[in-house]
Amino acid sequence: MTTIDKINIKGVIKLITNFIRSEVRKTGFNKIVIGLSGGLDSSVVAYLSVLGLGKENVTGILLPYKTSVSESKEHALLVAKNLGIKTVEISITEMVDAYLCKFKNEISKGRSGNIMARQRMIVLYDQAVEHDSLVMGTSNKTEILLGYTTLWGDMACALSPIGDLYKTQVRILARELTVPEVIIKKHPSADLWIGQTDEKDLGFTYEDVDKLLFYMVDERYTMPQLEKIGYKTEFITKVFNLIQKNQFKRKLPIIAKISNRTVDHDFRYPRDWGL
Amino acid sequence: MDFKIRVIQNFPQLGDIDRNFAVHCEDIKKAIKDQIDLIVFPELSLTGYLLKDMVPVVAVHKVHPIIEELQELSKKISILIGLVEESDSVIFYNSAFYFEDGLLKFTHRKVYLPTYGMFEEERYFGSGDKIRAFDTKFGRFGVAICEDAWHPSLIYALSQDRIKYLFILSSSPGRGFSETGERFKTSEIWETLIRTYAMLFSNYVVFANRSGVEDGVSFWGGSEIIDPSGESVLKLPYFEESFGDYVLEEDNIRRVRMYSPLLRDEKLGLTLKELKRIYDNDR
Repeated sequence: MTTIDKINIKGVIKLITNFIRSEVRKTGFNKIVIGLSGGLDSSVVAYLSVLGLGKENVTGILLPYKTSVSESKEHALLVAKNLGIKTVEISITEMVDAYLCKFKNEISKGRSGNIMARQRMIVLYDQAVEHDSLVMGTSNKTEILLGYTTLWGDMACALSPIGDLYKTQVRILARELTVPEVIIKKHPSADLWIGQTDEKDLGFTYEDVDKLLFYMVDERYTMPQLEKIGYKTEFITKVFNLIQKNQFKRKLPIIAKISNRTVDHDFRYPRDWGL
Repeated sequence: MDFKIRVIQNFPQLGDIDRNFAVHCEDIKKAIKDQIDLIVFPELSLTGYLLKDMVPVVAVHKVHPIIEELQELSKKISILIGLVEESDSVIFYNSAFYFEDGLLKFTHRKVYLPTYGMFEEERYFGSGDKIRAFDTKFGRFGVAICEDAWHPSLIYALSQDRIKYLFILSSSPGRGFSETGERFKTSEIWETLIRTYAMLFSNYVVFANRSGVEDGVSFWGGSEIIDPSGESVLKLPYFEESFGDYVLEEDNIRRVRMYSPLLRDEKLGLTLKELKRIYDNDR
């Protein structure tokens, strides 16, 4: 039986670096920008991007908000220094507050978190033009499946190199890539408000949910089969519901079919059409 | 004999078999109360159409509580229904099940699975390998599922197998909205097809097509019954959930077949001989 942590690390790294090189270059670009948060995912993708494209073709963009913890920036700069890539820091505080101040205290944490994520997307896409680059994605399989992500925010990117790796697997990759241990060991956080951690938001640990997701999604175990290997019904249902209700985040908006050839329905070309 | 049928033009909730089955049961119980003899549902009426990876999740084996309940209900009314069938060897079929007098009497597995344009049925379903008419207490039936009816050979075979009533269950997605009127081009072609089959084969055609929207695709409804002379005798509205009743009269088939003995004059042997020649070497 395959298990989640039995991945061919060297093989996967080779596959992803080849993916990055090939998918970036065929578009006519050579370079990428990546939002560096100081967290595990963006650090790993930065390491992989440098392996794929060379350090001169990777720009790290730091996008702090006034409440971002100082270690986020320290860790992002540590990654940049280790890799020898250039960085640009653009605070999103003024842009975000210009909007937030219109609402006084009526805006929930969730809403303001989404605003920050989308503001970062705006800056990243603009910086991509400035640096003649594509925007590199940093979402992992766990957050894509659980929908733990902001639509058109942190999900927005041109390519997604670790989108098929669970958080647990990204961590294994990080060790092999020699990402600083301090980044690997800290609690994952979107750092959208003080004290936020992913696992507090989600209500379970990545280690637990990744194993369940692996059996549920990759191995296609049914509910009774998952219960048989020891998962609680409540946990399975909670996770399944998250996956199901966030399906819209994984799809382009639905188009009302009218004609004989409708984009997405029967106008079907690969993303790499003409490339 | 004459018998009263009810065509259900439903809007199943995609992948929610429990909800859909509950609605089917309500429909069936109401039809029993209204003294309907046969209730007909569209293709995949129990599951919805754009199932993709939900296919194995909503599949029903012929030994299943849902089948048991339908058998029980069929003691009081005959039922023709569309669902995903899971075979003993774990192949999934887009199937129609016919229940009568407490039994699952007949299964048709869709033969022609559209896999072009917006369709990808062959990715998810096995294709049926039988075209068979079957006897019911109302007379000899044939069932086709949607794309099956776009292959006249299939309808011809059913006709030669001596059906008197052709049932076409559909989940037809509208494509190419018409420049005039409130129909899709697809609807216009379907309406021509079912009239043609009724007239050429001198049988009733019952066309049950679903309504509703899935992932932006509109299923256009417009279910219809065409009598053996090619007249439309029941037409349900486009796009909306609906149902309609009609009494099918065997005498009408007799009258049309007397007047125009196409079935009698059909040269099956000659057709077979020529088809065999074409199949063997001359193509």
